[in-house]
Amino acid sequence: MDGLVLRKLGRRFGAVDAVLDFDLHIKPGEFVSLLGPSGCGKTTTLRMIAGFIDPTSGSIELDGKILSAPSGSVPPEKRGMSMIFQSYAIWPNMTVAENVAFGLNLRKLPSDEVKKRVGAVLETVRMSHLADRYPAELSGGQQQRVALARAVVIRPAVLLLDEPLSNLDANLREEMRFEIKRMHDEFKITSVYVTHDQGEAMVTSDRIAVMNNGRLEQIDTPYTLYSRPKTRFVASFIGRTNFLSGNCGNHMIDFAGFSVPLAMIGEEVTGGGPITVSIRPQAMKLSATEAPRDKAINLQGSVQQSAFLGETWDYVFQPKDSGLQFRVAAPPADVFPVGAPAWLQIDPAQIVPIAD
Amino acid sequence: MTSVSHPAAATWSEDQPVKVRVPWHQRLQPANLLWVFLAGILVVLIVAPMWTLVVSSFTDAKTGGWTLNNYVEAYGKERHITALTNTLKMGAVVVVLKLAFGVPLAWACTRTDMPGRNFVRYSVFGAFIMPPYLAGVGWILLAGPNTGWINRVWHSLSGSTEPLVNIFSFGGLVLVTAIGGFFLVFVLVSSAFEMINSEMEDAANILGAGPFKTAMKVTFPLVMPAIIGAALLSFLGAIALYGVPALISIPARYPVVVIQLTEFFSFPLRIQVAAAYSIPLLLITAAMLGLQKLILRRKGYVSVSGKGGERRIVKLGRWRWVLFAYCFCVVALSVLMPLFVLLLAAFSDSWTTGFSFSNLTLSNFHYVLFEHSSSQKALVGSIGLGIVAATVAITLALFIAYIVQRKLIPFSGLLAFLAVSPYVVPGIVLAIGFYAAYALPPIALYGTYTIMALAFITRFLPIAFTTSSAGVRSIHPEMEEAVRILGGGRVTALRHVVGPLLKRTLAGGWLLIFVPAAQELSTAIFLVGPTTRVVSVVLLDLSEEGELEKLAALGSLLLIIIVAVVAIGMRYLGRDFMLRRS
Repeated sequence: MDGLVLRKLGRRFGAVDAVLDFDLHIKPGEFVSLLGPSGCGKTTTLRMIAGFIDPTSGSIELDGKILSAPSGSVPPEKRGMSMIFQSYAIWPNMTVAENVAFGLNLRKLPSDEVKKRVGAVLETVRMSHLADRYPAELSGGQQQRVALARAVVIRPAVLLLDEPLSNLDANLREEMRFEIKRMHDEFKITSVYVTHDQGEAMVTSDRIAVMNNGRLEQIDTPYTLYSRPKTRFVASFIGRTNFLSGNCGNHMIDFAGFSVPLAMIGEEVTGGGPITVSIRPQAMKLSATEAPRDKAINLQGSVQQSAFLGETWDYVFQPKDSGLQFRVAAPPADVFPVGAPAWLQIDPAQIVPIAD
Repeated sequence: MTSVSHPAAATWSEDQPVKVRVPWHQRLQPANLLWVFLAGILVVLIVAPMWTLVVSSFTDAKTGGWTLNNYVEAYGKERHITALTNTLKMGAVVVVLKLAFGVPLAWACTRTDMPGRNFVRYSVFGAFIMPPYLAGVGWILLAGPNTGWINRVWHSLSGSTEPLVNIFSFGGLVLVTAIGGFFLVFVLVSSAFEMINSEMEDAANILGAGPFKTAMKVTFPLVMPAIIGAALLSFLGAIALYGVPALISIPARYPVVVIQLTEFFSFPLRIQVAAAYSIPLLLITAAMLGLQKLILRRKGYVSVSGKGGERRIVKLGRWRWVLFAYCFCVVALSVLMPLFVLLLAAFSDSWTTGFSFSNLTLSNFHYVLFEHSSSQKALVGSIGLGIVAATVAITLALFIAYIVQRKLIPFSGLLAFLAVSPYVVPGIVLAIGFYAAYALPPIALYGTYTIMALAFITRFLPIAFTTSSAGVRSIHPEMEEAVRILGGGRVTALRHVVGPLLKRTLAGGWLLIFVPAAQELSTAIFLVGPTTRVVSVVLLDLSEEGELEKLAALGSLLLIIIVAVVAIGMRYLGRDFMLRRS
């Protein structure tokens, strides 16, 4: 099979499974993020792909060739990959150009070819004018660009990125996200990106694999992941959401105070009994009057709390005679004072049943 | 129960199982062979000599069978026991003196506004460069009972014929031993003082403690572990030192262990008895270092390891000159006076006639450089051995430190243990071990530069390892992982990244080994052959022949070369490389 394949991959440290039964298929040229909280096993997974850690179960293969297995692994230097490290790991004893040329020289390329490629890649990351500087003379963002250039110049089979932006300040981080995206679009290198920052993952990735406790929770495109989370963990880790518990009957799901026909929600639900759904704050709308929309669910209640976040209002809405509370996002123009009566409309197509 | 359709479980995982195995030639890392090789070297350098030492102490010289007779012979004579107790007594007094020298100087240089702090620092550093036996010769020139300059001045002033001071005495032995080793106390205690954050003292002040109470209750207890550690090391250094007793203890009629050991090595050669007699030295050292570890591990002392915050210096007022006077006395006794007379003697026709222009000559230098049978060769040999020992020890230590720090093989801790274990072996004991293991046929390395180089490398491996280990620890592992993921092996990473990044650290460590190795006496004493003498041994020969002017000239040459190397090193590393070490 083409691309990078992780098959039932597992890594045990003592009695703890850092990664367990991890299945993933990354297609050639695809950009996939491993996203999760710290300790979820994402870095361990990445380091297994790089060859720095051997798996204790399962295997890793690239284009049909086994790279890692519990019985032994191809060492990192023979994998033809490259990696961008959290600490950048720019060698301070070499200039920018020497850093970038290092991998090419190891491949015994003729020196004029090395020079040409180094020049070209430094051009791409806009670092040509600093080629003869030493890393200590560079800013964090510039070091990051060198790391990027050094990693892509060898045209690796797979590019691995280990939280590369976590040491940068917020503005630079935003800029570098797009830089990484741009490099990927230009070179189409199969890439695996580890991060705990959902914003980074969403900007850069074709697909995001959300990990928790060493297991894969869900892998999907950023849009699907946000709009159709499959588990409680994914729904709460990516963005904010409202969880509602209900009971699923034959045609309706009954919640405290209202019901929704099964046919109206966006997902196919089988079986019956207790069910949990996720409703994003953006799937609802607050209005001062009852809106005449028959497709929507209308609830009467009042605004309990409000906070202005700049791009949106963050309201807490409580339906009348109900213990439920909804977080609702509203555009800046929709101003409701705390305690004001209001109507809440929920788009039933955006009610997503999730597994607990 | 409601189930939600869950397409994440991909279909491809149902593929037929493939043969999950990576071919061996793809897994091969040539670096792995290196680790085996290194372990082999450590066995040659450490395990074999020490093992041979212990075994031969239980071996009958004639039959080769097992025996306790060596111990009976070693400890059966009262004289031998006296040497042992003498050694312990001397060691204890030396410790007191070294602390009296080192601790006040360390405090004065790190925490006060005493004038001339840099002068004191440099002079103390001079004490490190000057080998103890040269300081000993200096003091013989100064305080020899009849012809020593101090006594001659005294005679002409008082008309007395009795010596004022006599270096050939217990007091002389203790003084010269102490001035040769208080450098270590100074370095260890200085760095402890530099670790103390002034806020700790402020905290005591704010609660109502005056400066004196603060010093006694806070500052002093915080540097206590460093002082205890320095005291233990001082003791060990004192009892294992060979050069100073060789010059002083025989005329002083004060037998000590190291001198007794050389007696076993003279005719009739009784190597097994020497081995048996050296075991207590080994055990004392191991026990003391164990004790030090135990003390440092105690909970209350952990705070010293914190990062040094802002330090305020103590304003001494008028007392600063009193303190300076004391410091000046110490450096005068330990460096300035012996160095001065040594240089003067080197340029004198006859040191007994005192200073006059007619007495000045360069003939001593001419003699040792061109006329004496072995001193020229010995100079080359000493410097060469220093260079080889420092280079090999640092290289070896770097590889070992790398394996240990990166946990490349199981039981890598054992390698670390082996690399630092020569620390507990006094130089003279190490020499006996090497002699027993390699000097005689079938290996027959006796009297070669090879056996000396091996012994020197072993002797200084702990310093090299400690330096390299700290260096490797300071390098983020990702620096090497970046090499590997781009296609370089571990050896490439060592050569292109770790090595260059550690250049300064390693060069500092190299100098720390080169200086003592070029002067090394106690390890060389049993291993030199007639054609492979080193400067330290030639110096002792000259002292036995009474050629003190020529000795002074040769000693000065050695010092000049070492100072030149250190000066180049300091230019490159900055002057603090030595004094900032813990």
